[in-house]
Amino acid sequence: MATSRRRLGRLERAALQGVMVREVVNFSSFWRSSTFSSTVDPTIYLLAFGLGFGSLVTRVAGHTYIEFVGTGIVATTVLFSGAFTAMYSTFIKYKFQHTYDAIIAAPVDTEELVTGEALWVAVRTGVYGCVPMLVAVAFGLAPSWGMLLVPLIAALAGFGWAAFGIFVAARVSKIESFSYWQSGLLTPMFLVAGTFFPLTALPHWAQVVGNFNPLFHCVQLVRHAVFGTEGIADLGHLAFLIGFALAFWRLAIRYMERKLIL
Amino acid sequence: MTGTSAITVHGFVKRFGSLAAVDGLDLEVPFGACVGLLGPNGAGKSTTMKALTAQVIPDEGAIEVLGYRLPDDSKQARAEMGVVPQLDNLDVSLTVEQNLLVFAYLYRVPAGERRRAIEHALALANLRDRRASKVDQLSGGMRRRLLIARGLLHRPRLLLLDEPTVGLDPQVRQELWALIDRLRTEGVSILMSTHYIEEAERLCDTVTIMSHGKAVAVGPPQALIRAHAGRQAVEVYGSPARLTEVEATARRRGWPSRRTGTSVSILGGDGAVELDGERRVTNLEDVFVLLTGEEID
Repeated sequence: MATSRRRLGRLERAALQGVMVREVVNFSSFWRSSTFSSTVDPTIYLLAFGLGFGSLVTRVAGHTYIEFVGTGIVATTVLFSGAFTAMYSTFIKYKFQHTYDAIIAAPVDTEELVTGEALWVAVRTGVYGCVPMLVAVAFGLAPSWGMLLVPLIAALAGFGWAAFGIFVAARVSKIESFSYWQSGLLTPMFLVAGTFFPLTALPHWAQVVGNFNPLFHCVQLVRHAVFGTEGIADLGHLAFLIGFALAFWRLAIRYMERKLIL
Repeated sequence: MTGTSAITVHGFVKRFGSLAAVDGLDLEVPFGACVGLLGPNGAGKSTTMKALTAQVIPDEGAIEVLGYRLPDDSKQARAEMGVVPQLDNLDVSLTVEQNLLVFAYLYRVPAGERRRAIEHALALANLRDRRASKVDQLSGGMRRRLLIARGLLHRPRLLLLDEPTVGLDPQVRQELWALIDRLRTEGVSILMSTHYIEEAERLCDTVTIMSHGKAVAVGPPQALIRAHAGRQAVEVYGSPARLTEVEATARRRGWPSRRTGTSVSILGGDGAVELDGERRVTNLEDVFVLLTGEEID
């Protein structure tokens, strides 16, 4: 027998690549609609708030309103194209299409499956996250070198939201249950993130809660990357996003394993 | 190799809550053999198939696949075997060729061999002309052939077929039988679960008949037929009252019998039955019904 008796390890590159190739090939068949919804939604928010609300407000936290929203909206895009994509596509793949059964019958473990899926979503959010910011540039946001960091921040936050989405998909037994997570958790988070107005405009308790919101930390990091970093505070934001991503990565693996391995 | 068998299952138990889906199963697939796992719905066939890819973890018992101990070394075993699932899980928005490409990556076919592996699989499944078709444009038979081709991309030594022809037309079923038979002659070890008796009788070297999570009979189809149903069956037709009478007679004489809708089949009498009726050759279905107490749908 030519095959080695080596025991295959964890998180192998070949397995991650297999999972991601599947996503990339599939993406080639629906990238138009996916790109449309992931970029047009936040762009509409950007223009509606930026231009509409911006005509009432001149400056927020030292920035013009389009600058303020144009950077904050990156986090919203990451949420939309990270968490929502992961929730729905994960649920459909394991429940309706039985795709995951086929993948884990191949030499791919649940850990690799979840990681590969989240990495691919991270790549997408890294790209999509920049789109509304570039639109904002066309409407007066000044380009800066720090903007080159934004895809990385968006990808990191996107990995966390993807893992969150996979975790949620592994927790629910029917797709309607997503409503609780969306309306009960994601919508309030989306509003209390400092995207459209600074957290400081809210009551103290809301500010405290906001500090546990990954969106808030993503918004802060993006703004500081674009307008100037703030040292130790930004390390804190970064650490929060890394912790968020790590925690939900492990949770997603654990709960997906419970669904897939009986 | 540590064993002489492609699959060895010993004392496998799997419980879901208080229900034991599999209740102490022994199963052996020698290298190069085609083994059928036969049983009615709910007998534990699917649970057993899933245990062989470590998608079900046994509560008790030992499972070895291609010499690897499961579940610990299942990944290596999965790398060396092919799986054809009962439920069609192809990517429907992709083409035939794209589906194969994705699984060439998942099964780690080396980059230089991917092209050739895909061509080989397309030829085997007779789908070369449909390579560019989206899966949702294929017929049920083509989809099933593609599923089999997908499981063979990496030239596995062992193939698991879970109800390979369920829900297909008789004509299409025979096409698939030809394909499976070809694999068998090429030396691929096959474990096939099915509840089509004819399929097992035609394709399998040995069958394991399962009922309520246990193996109730193991052996080559012809040997099982001879042992449990004799050579000849007498099929008696008549009114319900007459059939009940015939059943009572059979019981008295110690002949096993089965009711088949409008008739009673008397088995095991081997021509000594003096009752009026059609004489026919016994088959695996007779054995199946006798042992599992369940009729085939």
